[in-house]
Amino acid sequence: MAQPLVKKDDDHDDELEYSPFMGIEKGAVLQEARVFNDPQVDPRRCSQVITKLLYLLNQGESFTKVEATEVFFSVTKLFQSKDTGLRRMVYLIIKELSPSSDEVIIVTSSLMKDMNSKIDMYRANAIRVLCRIIDGTLLTQIERYLKQAIVDKNPVVSSAALVSGLHLLKTNPEIVKRWSNEVQEGIQSRSALVQFHALALLHQIRQNDRLAVSKLVGSLTRGSVRSPLAQCLLIRYTSQVIRDMANHGQSGERPFYEFLESCLRHKAEMVILEAARAITELDGVTSRELTPAITVLQLFLSSPRPVLRFAAVRTLNKVAMTHPMAVTNCNIDMESLISDQNRSIATLAITTLLKTGNESSVERLMKQITNFMSDIADEFKIVVVEAIRSLCVKFPLKYRSLMTFLSNILREEGGFEYKRAIVDSIVTIIRDIPDAKESGLLHLCEFIEDCEFTYLSTQILHFLGIEGPNTSDPSKYIRYIYNRVHLENATVRAAAVSTLAKFGFMVESLKPRITVLLKRCIYDSDDEVRDRATLYLSVLGGDGTVDTDKESKDFLFGSLDVPLVNMETSLKNYEPSEEAFDINSVPKEVKSQPLAEKKAQGKKPTGLGAPPAAPTSGFDGYEKLLSSIPEFTAFGKLFKSSLPVELTEAETEYAVDVVKHIFDSHVVFQYNCTNTIPEQLLERVNVIVDASEAEEFSEVTSKALNSLPYDSPGQAFVVFEKPAGVPAIGKFSNTLTFVVKEVDPSTGEAEDDGVEDEYQLEDLEVVAGDYMVKVGVSNFRNAWDSLDEEDERVDEYGLGQRDSLGEAVKAVIDLLGMQTCEGTETIPLNARSHTCLLSGVYIGNVKVLVRAQFGMDSSKDIAMKLTVRAEDVSVAEAIHEIVASG
Amino acid sequence: MELPPKVKNILLLNSEGKRVAVKYYSDDWPTNSAKEAFEKSVFTKTQKTNARTEVEVTALENNIVVYKFVQDLHFFVTGGEEENELILASVLEGLFDAVTLLLRGNVDKREALDNLDLIFLCFDEIIDGGIVLETDANVIAGKAGINSADPNAPLSEQTISQALATAREHLTRSLMK
Repeated sequence: MAQPLVKKDDDHDDELEYSPFMGIEKGAVLQEARVFNDPQVDPRRCSQVITKLLYLLNQGESFTKVEATEVFFSVTKLFQSKDTGLRRMVYLIIKELSPSSDEVIIVTSSLMKDMNSKIDMYRANAIRVLCRIIDGTLLTQIERYLKQAIVDKNPVVSSAALVSGLHLLKTNPEIVKRWSNEVQEGIQSRSALVQFHALALLHQIRQNDRLAVSKLVGSLTRGSVRSPLAQCLLIRYTSQVIRDMANHGQSGERPFYEFLESCLRHKAEMVILEAARAITELDGVTSRELTPAITVLQLFLSSPRPVLRFAAVRTLNKVAMTHPMAVTNCNIDMESLISDQNRSIATLAITTLLKTGNESSVERLMKQITNFMSDIADEFKIVVVEAIRSLCVKFPLKYRSLMTFLSNILREEGGFEYKRAIVDSIVTIIRDIPDAKESGLLHLCEFIEDCEFTYLSTQILHFLGIEGPNTSDPSKYIRYIYNRVHLENATVRAAAVSTLAKFGFMVESLKPRITVLLKRCIYDSDDEVRDRATLYLSVLGGDGTVDTDKESKDFLFGSLDVPLVNMETSLKNYEPSEEAFDINSVPKEVKSQPLAEKKAQGKKPTGLGAPPAAPTSGFDGYEKLLSSIPEFTAFGKLFKSSLPVELTEAETEYAVDVVKHIFDSHVVFQYNCTNTIPEQLLERVNVIVDASEAEEFSEVTSKALNSLPYDSPGQAFVVFEKPAGVPAIGKFSNTLTFVVKEVDPSTGEAEDDGVEDEYQLEDLEVVAGDYMVKVGVSNFRNAWDSLDEEDERVDEYGLGQRDSLGEAVKAVIDLLGMQTCEGTETIPLNARSHTCLLSGVYIGNVKVLVRAQFGMDSSKDIAMKLTVRAEDVSVAEAIHEIVASG
Repeated sequence: MELPPKVKNILLLNSEGKRVAVKYYSDDWPTNSAKEAFEKSVFTKTQKTNARTEVEVTALENNIVVYKFVQDLHFFVTGGEEENELILASVLEGLFDAVTLLLRGNVDKREALDNLDLIFLCFDEIIDGGIVLETDANVIAGKAGINSADPNAPLSEQTISQALATAREHLTRSLMK
């Protein structure tokens, strides 16, 4: 309750200070507004009342409909006064009150009179007010005057009409489009702003006519546009034209580049900036094109005006993301900006430097940043921390100074988001740079000694439990962890107990001591802490027979082998019954739904027609679709659905792709068909599959698609039987058969008679990769160690000449259809060797892990050493067969 | 696509971040409370900076805000994040100089409140529905300055009753102090 009281005091202080609006009240002002109705208008008093009304509206007060109407009507009486000042205020209040269309009638005639007045100021303002409040029908009545106003010799009147045109174009485009001759004249005006407004309106009128815009730009870039604002506008239109031309496949010398470049020498800075920015944003800009723009921006960096420095550094920061080399010339100027008074500029400068800096400058940069960090807000700091993280990944050798920096700022004051950014960065560095592990873990330990954020403490404790036992001296972490049990809240205590248990289990020598510590925890005041302690004590107490070891290890370290999202959906769908929830029923496929959706949106730019039938992609979608078809329910649980494979070329009459659904002893091909011809309706759409090259498969049934209208996709299915649990492979050739019926495009009705036709589709293969489900593991090393070394199969392969290592890695990943782990799918540029970690589940629910080491020699010949571990030796051998035959 | 430079709002706040006069041209802040929240965050973010000699600039919630302070008045102009900062700065400078001209160099909160009608007219002459109407301070001040109700006009030009009213006002004002 203290807060409102203090606030009241503040208000009181305000009132002591003089204000003409002190104690102002809506009711009283509305009373005062009656003065508008006086037969003898007092302009001064009326102006004051209007100002008060405007003040109230400005402070966020709102008038009821009745109040607004009343004020509006009395205000209209003021048109009889000849006082110019009062008239200005009347215009303002009418705009603010935004009267309804039936009220507008009252002022139309007065405003139209003003539109034709001899006083320029009346004409200009009456136009702006009238255009703001009228509708289409009234507009046609005054259209004549507006056209006149556009070419008025007074620039203020002309600008008023043009700007009003820009607003009206949104509501009454067909009327405004008729004005283009007058607007064209405006472009030739000697007044800078008239030129600007005319250009904006003319472009807006013609914006859908690409050729006209291109012509307009072409003629104006040759002539001289006087106004800097108009020049900026012209630069924007020019870049749009350049983009459009590139989209329509016109290649060769980039048109209009010379114009943009010449604008870099314009006398107005705003034009220079606009041009420089336009050049840096050109698609596929070359470094030769960039150079002049970077040069002017570099000059801006040392300008005395903060806005210029900000604009330049902001632009260069963007350029640094794509062309870091182009920006390095500015590094010296940029470094001096670190101490800029304006913190936004300093932060942008630092993050740019972190993007462009080279290995040797890192230490110097860190020293400068350290001074800077203490006096900026958290939001800036987070940006800097994120930039440092990527820098560390880029220059692993410099981890020492970067880690020191991060640990220093971790100790300073800061909010949750900021601390989390730092902790995330340290964790990333520990994961990516093995040398950094021990020092990084100690920094984190020190941090949790004095950490106010439960979330961060538990995250760090969990991380310690995984990484700590594998270090050279695990015992030194115990103290930090056990301190948590004494000093923290229940959530952190429980996390600490779990971490202790992990140490006890992994490090034999610590086990007795950990047991003692855990025993103390069973008297904790919190249930969860006690439960965990008791549980772990019994796990640790088991006297190390191999069997229990493995089980308890799984229990302690095994991550949940199903994605959490899938688990959540399954749990929500679970209805309480006699049958217990079975975790094995949760699908394991990693969902790629968002990506598929994005693609689908990108593919469908046409807003025509009805929205397509619900997109059926993603594992969940497929599972639902298949289980809705009675014939397929007997096949059991869906093991895997492949990504759609295109069976037709792009932009053919019929677009068909296929999804392969793998069941234990069946394979279902789902053909997604789309009819792209509006004049046709397809019926009885079926796919005839020839399986002569797939010996182990035999066709069971097929399900035709009854009707396939234009642009609304449908599915046909063909089902094959195969030996149960066997990864059978084969090749299938497909033919689409259907009955075509002509459709009258005007009525949309199909003719009764159709013609039978067929359409050759491309071949489809079922490959070994189809029997592999992408399943990630959270910690590859632990998972790898948990599989028996005996079952390991190693072999070496020559992959022949390739353009790059990346190509070979991708080919192997695609062939095996496995999930890449720990970011090993990305390969540093120009790398000559690489190790890729893969995981998956093979048909029969067999977990498989693969470690593939690639090397490239000087003649670009690539060799691969493939190490496979699987729960079943035969599967490990099968993987090698896949690679050998691929 | 809208290419012409757009101003999202003009704010004139006092030294506590309260409104003196504001005008919004964008639907980004649909309610009064959304507007007030934005004003508060702009004010807090820029409060400690020194924007008294040069126009300063910052980025906030995907917007670019340029600002300048004088006495106990804080002027802000906001545009989208893709906007050319220098165009926004020219709008701000136009506004700032026009207000200085209209208030005859005495730019502070009290003078601004006393001449709030001029400030509103000034806003109206600079931006129309988000589009830059004029940036030349002399032109803006000239257009906004026609005001017969100027309380500082010489007494001889006022009627007796007006003169009395002015006198009464001056008296109350001095008593309130």
